[in-house]
Amino acid sequence: MSKECVGVIGSGSFGTAVANILAKNSNVLLYARNAETVEKIRSTRISNGQQLSENITITNSLEDVAKSCNVIFPVVPSSNFREMMRQFAPFLHPYHVLIHGTKGLDLILPDEIPADFKMDRSCIRTMSEVIREESVVVRVGCMAGPNLAKELALGHPAATVIASPFNEVINEGKRLLRSEKFQVYGNQDLKGVELCGVLKNIIAIASGIVSGLGFGDNAKGLLISRGLVEMIYLGKALGGEISSFIGLAGIGDLVATASSQTSRNYTIGFKLAQGKTMTEAIAEMEETAEGVNTIRIIKQLADAQGIRPLITDMLYKILYEDMKPQDGLSYLMKYPGNIDIDFL
Amino acid sequence: MKPIGKDYVKKKYDQVVPGGIDEWPVVNLSNDRDAFIKEVTAESIKRIKKLTPKRSSLIEEIETTLFREKLRVKRNPWAVDPPDEADFLQSIKDRLLEISGNDVKEDIDETLEDILSEIIERYASEIAGNFKKSRFRMARSIVTFGFARLLNASRARGFWSIFSTRYSLQDKIHITGEVEELRTLAKKGTIIMVPTHFSNLDSILIGWVISALGLPAFIYGAGLNLFNIKIFAYFMESLGAYKVDRRKKNLLYLETLKSYSSLAIQKGCHSLFFPGGTRSRSGQIEKRLKLGLLSTAIEAQRVNYQKGKRDGLHKIFIVPVTLNYNFVLEAPSLIREYLRLKGQERYYVENDEYSTSYKISAFLLKFFTKGSDISVSIGRGLDVLGNYVDTDGNSYDKSGRQIDTQEYFTKDGKIISHDQQREDEYTRMLSDRIVEEFHRINKVFASHLVAYVAFEMLQKKFNKLDLYNLLRIPEEDQIIPYEEFKTVFQTVLRRVHEMYNKGEISVSPYLTGDPDKIIAHGLANMGMYHAKRPLIKNKKGDISTQDLNLLFYYHNRLVGYNLEKYV
Repeated sequence: MSKECVGVIGSGSFGTAVANILAKNSNVLLYARNAETVEKIRSTRISNGQQLSENITITNSLEDVAKSCNVIFPVVPSSNFREMMRQFAPFLHPYHVLIHGTKGLDLILPDEIPADFKMDRSCIRTMSEVIREESVVVRVGCMAGPNLAKELALGHPAATVIASPFNEVINEGKRLLRSEKFQVYGNQDLKGVELCGVLKNIIAIASGIVSGLGFGDNAKGLLISRGLVEMIYLGKALGGEISSFIGLAGIGDLVATASSQTSRNYTIGFKLAQGKTMTEAIAEMEETAEGVNTIRIIKQLADAQGIRPLITDMLYKILYEDMKPQDGLSYLMKYPGNIDIDFL
Repeated sequence: MKPIGKDYVKKKYDQVVPGGIDEWPVVNLSNDRDAFIKEVTAESIKRIKKLTPKRSSLIEEIETTLFREKLRVKRNPWAVDPPDEADFLQSIKDRLLEISGNDVKEDIDETLEDILSEIIERYASEIAGNFKKSRFRMARSIVTFGFARLLNASRARGFWSIFSTRYSLQDKIHITGEVEELRTLAKKGTIIMVPTHFSNLDSILIGWVISALGLPAFIYGAGLNLFNIKIFAYFMESLGAYKVDRRKKNLLYLETLKSYSSLAIQKGCHSLFFPGGTRSRSGQIEKRLKLGLLSTAIEAQRVNYQKGKRDGLHKIFIVPVTLNYNFVLEAPSLIREYLRLKGQERYYVENDEYSTSYKISAFLLKFFTKGSDISVSIGRGLDVLGNYVDTDGNSYDKSGRQIDTQEYFTKDGKIISHDQQREDEYTRMLSDRIVEEFHRINKVFASHLVAYVAFEMLQKKFNKLDLYNLLRIPEEDQIIPYEEFKTVFQTVLRRVHEMYNKGEISVSPYLTGDPDKIIAHGLANMGMYHAKRPLIKNKKGDISTQDLNLLFYYHNRLVGYNLEKYV
């Protein structure tokens, strides 16, 4: 009997890493958008610097993926996610299961923005919400956790969370991903886990800045713990459960990303601290750093709702209003300290 | 916007089942009542055993049931309860005691099996409806004839007008929306109608609507308390009601109820659920639905698919319906209860304003002779996952691609599996979709809008006060200058029309034209027969209220549309 086939949409570094993990248990159909890329990967068997497992077939056809696979992992940047789903939707059926690995948000603004327009939660979609909106697929989940693509590619031990309101989705995720070096946990709070992954990118950029300025571990400890508090406040306001934030996808991912030089978001922050402008820093990156976009969305939302997430606010000023990272940091330090923990 | 005029069609509908009453699934069900009760019993036992896989957990469940039932018999007895209830419970208790002294496993299992089937069979026969063709016909003609007479007598003048046929119920109760689609779908598959629930009148009203549209009788769960009154019980049973006892919340009872509903749907009986479970206390459109009975729709659909019944005939269609009133008789007591509950008062006994036949008759008389018009909006048909269906019963996704509902119950498009957790989640999704549809088909009356605007304006003016303090502001603070009111009213009205054009809400034809007239119409109709009027124009021509609680109640009808931004 031939092994079942699992789909991966997106051949970026994380998509490729996920495909390689899946290939340990199943055949994998990996989709890349660009026909040239597909040809190149097909001949070299290397995608984004990673050697492809022999169980992986590369394709340029979304239709093939939908036809051959019942479980599919979309891993494309949030800015292309909706467009990808629109192209994908005509081939999808109600029996498909989609588990995405994208840690970003989608923003929907009205075509004509009225003068008294106030942004609220209804303008923001998580990726699972985009999937539900654009397709007939209802059994949706997400994959989040400390999964730095470069470390996964090296085969270092790691773990992830599969979140979905459907136990069957969690079980499928576990069955397909689990291996001796890769542990899989389940969580029913899909929104919360998605938001963990999204919001931690903000803190990762801040962490890059702190390191880039040459500060040590005390500063990092301060940032991570205060950052977590901010994530929890924002996450709760956006519809997540607090408990998810102290799990693997929350604190686990935060610690990994905020201290890793292989993280894209961290790298952006690091470059900024070294005096590069945002445009320069982004130009030097190979792949999207989701945090940049997330900061902009969250800042707009917070302003409209009259709340002030301190770290996000400061990062917005550094990224988009040319505030110097040093000034940003001292601005944060001058802010009167509040109660340590008041959400539990 | 459409000009003022009728937005309903007065029409006589043919019966959708051409073979007549003998072809109705509900008739077959009642012909084989005993066999059906046996089937329900067997199915319930199967479910309960699945939920309590260990012997000890089954014993625990029976003990809990016994304890709660004894408490109920002692504390909250009703006229409709069978007289031998206490004895029956005692006999169960005795046998449970016997078991605890016995060590032979086979004996224990046998006794447990007996106990379980006795309890379940008792529940099943209590729940089961007793539909009778002859009684149904009679009840139907009494309702239609009686109401029509009352109506004509009240609208026209003079004694002889009682025999006039100028007005029919359709002049009083306007049926709008997807009527033809509903009639077509009722021929094709099984309908589950899910109406909003504001008043005890709803049951009768919806029963009349179903019959006026030429649909076969629906079965529906009616609160057992309504059966306390003999005359009510007679009508309800003849109209296809089965009994739901809200006092019994034990697992055994709930599973029996679900089995009953699920099996009846599988047999093709059109069903009616009030998915809110109970009348809306606050006057708001239901936000959270009760998932228990709703889950039986999803289950029945899956079972039908598992049996290979894939044609439209065995498809289940969910049809949301909103009932739109200017006036809810029970509003004062409902809102009182709501405020008390929200105020965290712990103990309350559900008081029943329908406790005597006299009160009901008085209410009906008032309603048919004086009450203002009512409209019933029929929504589009949905499959059990909340996708719209066409008149052939095919489901479509948002972009108009046809989809196969069966695939939701498979992992590969082929093999149908039973996954309870999946179906529980589907039930939640369906419930969200129904609420969404409620908001879309809900019809805004001028009376709702004036109430909404007035209350929101007061709330904005006293934004430092919490709800309870706001409801207690002195009379002189309850006045809103007319011009000020009119300006805000127009802004909100504009927004409502915008939403109407986008298909996000439905509006009454009275909601167009001169704003002064709309306001006057709203004021004249809102809660018109309450002793204290929720909204009036005072001597100076300004807007004021005689009962702030009631104003709050009627205002709540438009909560959830984000209209407060426009006040």
